[in-house]
Amino acid sequence: MQFALMIYHTPEEFDMRKNDYSHPHLGAWRAYYKALVAAGVYVAGDALEVPETGTTVRVKEGKRRVQDGPYADTKEQLAGFIILELPSVDAALEWAARCPGASIGAVEVRPLAPEAKRRGFTGE
Amino acid sequence: MNETNQETTHREIERVARESYGRLVAYLSVHTHDLASAEDALSNALVSALDHWPREGVPKSPEAWLLTAARHSLIDAIRHQKVVLESEPTIKFLTEDSVEAALPTSTQFPDERLKLLFVCAHPAIDPSMHTALMLQTVLGLDAARIAQAFLIAPKTMGQRLFRAKTKIRSGGIPFEIPQERDLPQRLDAVLEAIYAAFGIGWDDMAGADQRGRNLAEEALWLARVLLQLMPGEAEVQGLLALMLYCESRRAARRDTKGHYVPLSEQDPKHWSVPLIEEAEHHLAEAFQRGRFGRFQLEAAIQSAHAERARTGKTDWAAIALFYEQLLRVSPVLGTRTGYAAALAEANGPSAGLAILDAIDPEAVSDYQPYWAVRAHLLQRLGKSRESLDAYDRAIGLSEDPAVRAFLLHKRRG
Repeated sequence: MQFALMIYHTPEEFDMRKNDYSHPHLGAWRAYYKALVAAGVYVAGDALEVPETGTTVRVKEGKRRVQDGPYADTKEQLAGFIILELPSVDAALEWAARCPGASIGAVEVRPLAPEAKRRGFTGE
Repeated sequence: MNETNQETTHREIERVARESYGRLVAYLSVHTHDLASAEDALSNALVSALDHWPREGVPKSPEAWLLTAARHSLIDAIRHQKVVLESEPTIKFLTEDSVEAALPTSTQFPDERLKLLFVCAHPAIDPSMHTALMLQTVLGLDAARIAQAFLIAPKTMGQRLFRAKTKIRSGGIPFEIPQERDLPQRLDAVLEAIYAAFGIGWDDMAGADQRGRNLAEEALWLARVLLQLMPGEAEVQGLLALMLYCESRRAARRDTKGHYVPLSEQDPKHWSVPLIEEAEHHLAEAFQRGRFGRFQLEAAIQSAHAERARTGKTDWAAIALFYEQLLRVSPVLGTRTGYAAALAEANGPSAGLAILDAIDPEAVSDYQPYWAVRAHLLQRLGKSRESLDAYDRAIGLSEDPAVRAFLLHKRRG
């Protein structure tokens, strides 16, 4: 079963990621990825650029609406995601708790929806 | 009634609830065989106390008052379900005698918590739910708090607890103390569940301490209750001693800046002498009974560590010996890792590493202590590349930011 860990950062953490290459946090992230791969649970993942680089598009009543920035205006913003192959949501929560992002911002765990893919809701 | 009085009353209700919750749930459920309805009835009684006590004053025997209210609530619930015929014996228990007359003081109804503990750790119930059930039914912790401790979504925890209680009600799980023949094994499950609660409370000292009561304290409470109910059991006393030794070092696990301090670097001046003395008392008594077991051995290991407060050094050879005995009764990953660490201190890092090498790598892919010990031993052997790798694994598997920071620091050498 596959789960997405969605990592939410505070503005401070986005700043740290951008400016401070020696911050111990980077070592923690590197180690975390290494542990995921070594445990054989890692499927995919990536970090996202800072929220200000996002652009949100909506089409309402046939009209395009384009807006600078992320979809929701909240303090913690989506900063990256990791897809894991795991036997249960319990295991997914364990890995989420170990995620360095969980001790500063937040990590949301959600199962992927393979049904939706099968029914053609996604691209493949 | 002024605010101070109201606060006092609330505190009184809290105290009574804490001390009596398990006794009342146990007493009610032993007769009805229905944990969930016993708990519902007791929470109704507590709500009612919050309404009545501030106005009328705290009754002379709060526990008897709560029992009466809970009984009424149970009777109402059963009548409401219109299953009067089927539950006639239950109704009889609930209404027998005039309740006031039957319960003049709180000590006059039997303590059935031991039966309840054995029900919670019954082999027919999923072992992963034993601890959670105890925390809820004996201590009255709510599902959301228990979910925090177990790192499970609150809704899921609520469902699992509900399912376990349904099984207790409809699965014919007996509310009784096991027979002599089954006792050691059944008692072991109870001890395991209590120790698991302590382990969780111990691990999450970084987070949960500020929010509500500490789970390690709850586990100590449970062990004390159990010892009071089974005063002759060496392993019960062994478990209590083990937890007290660990608890005695709580304050020493962080320095003033909040940094993690491993046991070997802790200053014994920060250990709690009264707790160590209490642990020693219990361990000595347990030993006198001449029935060795896992928890007494683990307590003996902790007692050897505690000796450093007196002698200034740690007798690692003795600790390694205790681990060897422990491996015979409990060859789990934690024991093997602990043995490796002790042997490395006694006989050098290569000896410890050999123990670690013999463990199946598959089994340790997400076991943090293994990688932390391994990294440390490889570093001591000067195998820096392998050591860095092992540190990364340990860091990546750490949940506590303070432990992570400590390992990152050690990784730099």
